[in-house]
Amino acid sequence: MYSKGLIPLAGATVVTLAAAMALVFFYAPLDADQGFVQKIFYVHVPMAIVSLCGFVAGGIMAIKYLRSRDPSWDMRSYVAIHISIILGVGVLATGAIWAKASWGHWWVWDEPVLVSFLVVVLLYCVYYPLRFSIEDRERQARYSSVFAIAAGAFVPLNFAAVRMAEAYTHPRVLSQTGGNLPGEMRLTFLVSLLAMTLLYVTLWKLELTSKHASMQLKRLKRKLAEREAVAA
Amino acid sequence: MIAAAGAILRKDLRLELRTKESVPAMTLFTLTVYVLFHFGLDRDSLDGALAAGVLWVTLLLAAVIGVSRIFAVEREQGGIDALLLAPVDRTSLFLAKAAALFVFLVAVEVVAIPAFALLLLGPGLAGMLPELLAILALGDLGIAAVGALVAALAAETRARELIVPLLLLPFLVPVLIACAQATEPFMRPDQGPEDLGRWLALLTLYDVVFVLLSVAVFDYLLED
Repeated sequence: MYSKGLIPLAGATVVTLAAAMALVFFYAPLDADQGFVQKIFYVHVPMAIVSLCGFVAGGIMAIKYLRSRDPSWDMRSYVAIHISIILGVGVLATGAIWAKASWGHWWVWDEPVLVSFLVVVLLYCVYYPLRFSIEDRERQARYSSVFAIAAGAFVPLNFAAVRMAEAYTHPRVLSQTGGNLPGEMRLTFLVSLLAMTLLYVTLWKLELTSKHASMQLKRLKRKLAEREAVAA
Repeated sequence: MIAAAGAILRKDLRLELRTKESVPAMTLFTLTVYVLFHFGLDRDSLDGALAAGVLWVTLLLAAVIGVSRIFAVEREQGGIDALLLAPVDRTSLFLAKAAALFVFLVAVEVVAIPAFALLLLGPGLAGMLPELLAILALGDLGIAAVGALVAALAAETRARELIVPLLLLPFLVPVLIACAQATEPFMRPDQGPEDLGRWLALLTLYDVVFVLLSVAVFDYLLED
């Protein structure tokens, strides 16, 4: 059901990821300021963007679940948040490495994006204990969806608040990753972003397929056990 | 809807007046945390960012106690079934619970803020009273709205006591940022507002978003 188109998608992901890595290492120019370390930008920033979009997408799928009461939307929302949390931890790790390499500290509190990310990841980590401490399937889906919607609305608000707080103590140029990249860097960045998006969608579909398969397996096993019980 | 919400709110307030469960516990908790901060920071008086931070972190932690108790009576005595059977929609239940939390928070602050000024704050409170009241009102509104939502979210889980603080505190980070940053300039030795409008605007935006969101999604909680 979910596995449709998974193999071509995975192929496209591999090709784009390889192309992105090739561009990062052989095409994009070295940063004049930071040198080689700046290459982590092509992993860190796309990962952050994709992860945040995944959180918001999880909220939108949760709205769809509450509208339609179709459990597959709840499953989609859950898996989207799950993959986003994994990428989110990756963002924090690559951010820390970048910070250590370019500023000499593993963690800097005056980097608003990184700090907001920490808050968002901390919040979404509560999704698991919330979801799995509710036994009833239908209620679990309903409560998880409400959480996903509230947290999805929280993400942009939190970014605004943290950015305002940091801009207040450290007045400086706000957009670092924005428009003024030189051409080669921008192309590399866009290809990396596309690769990361494809990777996210592939992982999402793969996880959905495997969840669906294991659920079906469980159902079949239960049916088999019932039949054996009747026969015996 | 408003009438039903008013009835539930009156019931909650009367219950609190008779049992005296949440507000005294929250107030006592804030005083204890002030003592903890006194020894933890080893300071006799605080000012500026440190004072604002201590005050708001203490209030948020006290709010956690209030939020985790807000559905307790109904659950323990089974009154929640009666509430859900009653022909009122969930929105009025949300409004009543959020209003009750708001009243509890105000009642706590009536004691906790003068106590803070007395015990820890270096500069006096008098010079910033109107502004502080505005910040407190908007902050409490945000805490009350998110608190009622989180309490309802956690109400059906097995690990309720665990979920409420874990869920509530990250949600309140923007409130903490805005309130602490807005209060901070008044707690410096040279008092005066700074960027007050900006932080009040952020608080208002937060309150509007979460009140509307909670009203929209509350129908899906506590459904059965």
